[in-house]
Amino acid sequence: MQPAIIDVRDLAKRFGPIEAVRGVTFAVAAGEIFGFLGPNGAGKTTTIKMLATLLRPTAGRASLAGYDVVARPADVRRSMGIVFQDPSLDNRLTAEQNLRFHAMLYGVPGSEIEPRLAEVLAMVELSDRRRALVATYSGGMKRRLEIARGLLHRPRVLFLDEPTLGLDLQTRNHIWEYVVGLRRREGVTVFMTTHYIEESEHCDRIAIIDGGRIVALDTPEALRRQVGGDVITITSPDPQLLAREIGARFGGGAVARASDGQVIVEQERGAEFVPRVAAAFPSLVTAVTVKRPTLDDVFLKLTGHAIREESASAADQLRTMARAWGRR
Amino acid sequence: MIGTAARSPGGVPGAAPARLPHEIRAAYAIWLRELTRFVSERARIAGALGQPLIYLAIMGTGFGATFRSAAVPRGFSYLQFMYPGVLGMTVLFTAMFSAISIIWDREFGFLKEILVAPVARASIVAGKVAGGATVATLQGVLLLLLAPLVGVHLGAAQVAGIALAMLLVAASLTSLGLVIASRMATMEGFQVVMNFLVLPLWLLSGAFFPLRGLPLWMTVLTRIDPLTYAVDALRGMVYGASPLARALVVHPYRLNIGIIVLFLAVMLTAAIATFRSRED
Repeated sequence: MQPAIIDVRDLAKRFGPIEAVRGVTFAVAAGEIFGFLGPNGAGKTTTIKMLATLLRPTAGRASLAGYDVVARPADVRRSMGIVFQDPSLDNRLTAEQNLRFHAMLYGVPGSEIEPRLAEVLAMVELSDRRRALVATYSGGMKRRLEIARGLLHRPRVLFLDEPTLGLDLQTRNHIWEYVVGLRRREGVTVFMTTHYIEESEHCDRIAIIDGGRIVALDTPEALRRQVGGDVITITSPDPQLLAREIGARFGGGAVARASDGQVIVEQERGAEFVPRVAAAFPSLVTAVTVKRPTLDDVFLKLTGHAIREESASAADQLRTMARAWGRR
Repeated sequence: MIGTAARSPGGVPGAAPARLPHEIRAAYAIWLRELTRFVSERARIAGALGQPLIYLAIMGTGFGATFRSAAVPRGFSYLQFMYPGVLGMTVLFTAMFSAISIIWDREFGFLKEILVAPVARASIVAGKVAGGATVATLQGVLLLLLAPLVGVHLGAAQVAGIALAMLLVAASLTSLGLVIASRMATMEGFQVVMNFLVLPLWLLSGAFFPLRGLPLWMTVLTRIDPLTYAVDALRGMVYGASPLARALVVHPYRLNIGIIVLFLAVMLTAAIATFRSRED
C-alpha cells in the first residue's frame, strides 16, 4: 500500500446556516485516480477548495503531500495543480503568456520554463496555437490548456473540478485519454469531481457524495457489486426448458420470461458464467447478452434518488449563496 | 510523512530557501502582465490620450474665454493653468482603471489562478500596484509630449520631478482602487464608487480652479484630498520659476511628495490587509 498523499479526517465546512460538507474522512494513495461523484451542490467543490487551501475548514483536518492544509498552505499549493470548474485563463493573453505567468508564480526556474512549456503544450496538442490569444480558443482547447498549465510546475496532485463540464462527448473522451495517460507517464495523483456517472468509471476509486456526506467509497467494480450480480439475457429456442436446466445445473434463479421468450439470469460474475452455460447447453442457447449494473443503479440504491433528478436551480442557488459567503 | 515533507515537493525547487526572490519574481510576473495587456490594447492608450485632449481643447478653450482669476497673472492662459490638472486627472483615471481590472479578473475567473498560487498576498498587491502605477505614469509621460502645444516648456529635471510625483500618486490611487475593487462584486457597484469618490477627489484637487478664496468647508475638503498635493507638486514642476508658480503653487515640492508617500503607505497597507482577509 502506497502512503496516502491526501489524508482527510472529519473535514467539515459551513457557510452560515448551510452545512456544505458534514464531516468527510478518506485517504487517497499516491498515483491514484480518485473521483468524487455526486449531484450539484453535494459538497464536491467545497471539499476540493478546502484541500486546495482556498477555503478554511470549519472542523476536521486534511493534509496533502504531508502538509497540513491550514498550517502549511504555501507548501500545499506548491505540491498541487488545479483546474477549476469555470475557466480561469486570461483570454487577452496568448497561451504561451498564460503559461509563462503561471511558471513564474510557481517558481519554475527560468531555464526550465521553455522546455516545460513545449512539453505540456505538446501533450495537450496545442503546440501550433501557442502564440494565439486564448480568446480565439474553443471550450475544449481552453480546458486542455488549463490541464497543461496545472501540470507545468510538476505537481504531485492534480485537482480536476468537473473537468469535462460543458464539453461535447468527443472532447470529453479526449480529455480522459490525457488524464489516464498522465497518471501512467508522470505518476501524478489525480483527484477529480464529476456528476457524469459514466466518467467516474475511469477512476481507480470513487467516493459517492451526497448532501455533504460520503455515502460509499470503493472501486467502481466493487460499488457495482453492491447492487447485485450482472444481468444475463439468453435467447433460446426453448426458454422454459433452458430455465429449468440452468436451475438444476447451476442453482440460483433463472427465469423464463414469457413475453419475449428470453431467459433472464442474475449472476455475480456474468462474463464467467456465459461460457459455462453455452458449453453445457449448446443447442438451447442462440444469443447471450450480459449487462453490468451501472453506477446510476448504485447511486440510486445508496441515496434513494437518481443523481440527475436534483433540481438544477436549487443547486445553483446553493452555489451562488456559497460564493457570496466566500467573498465576505 | 517526514520523508515526504523533507523532499522538495513535486521537484519544485526553491521551496524553502529562496522565498524572497520567489515573491519578487511573482510580483514581477503580475506587473509584466499589466504592462503586456496595456501595450496590446491600443484602444485603451488612444482613449486615455484622447480624453485629456478633449478636456484641454473644449474646457481649456471654453473657460479660457471667461476665466479671469486674481490669482493668475496677466499673460497666462487657462490652458496653462489647467495642464497640470489634466496630467493629474489622467493619472487618477488610469490608476483607477488598472485597479478595477481585478473585478474583470474575478468575472473571467483569472483571479482564482492568481489567488491559488503559492504567492504571498502582499506580493500580489505589490505587483498589481506597481503595474497600475507604471501604466498610469506612462500615460502621463505621453501627455507631456503635448506640453509645447499649451505653451509649457519643460527641462529634464522638471520631467523627472513630474514622473516621480505621478508614479507615487498613481501607486497610492491604485492601492485605493484595489481596496474598493476587491470588495466589489460587480462593475455596476464600482460605477457608484467612481461617482461618489473619484469625481470628488478629482474636482477638489484644484485641477480646474485655483484653491484660493474658497469657503472654509471646501478648503478643508481640498486639504484632505490627497490628489490636491499631487496636482500642487505637478504645478510646481510645470511652472518652474515663472510668476504663475509663485501665484498658484501652495506647498514646496518636497512637502507634497512627503504627504503623497504617507498616503501611499496607508493605502498600500489597507490594500494588503483587504487581500489577506479574503478567503478565496
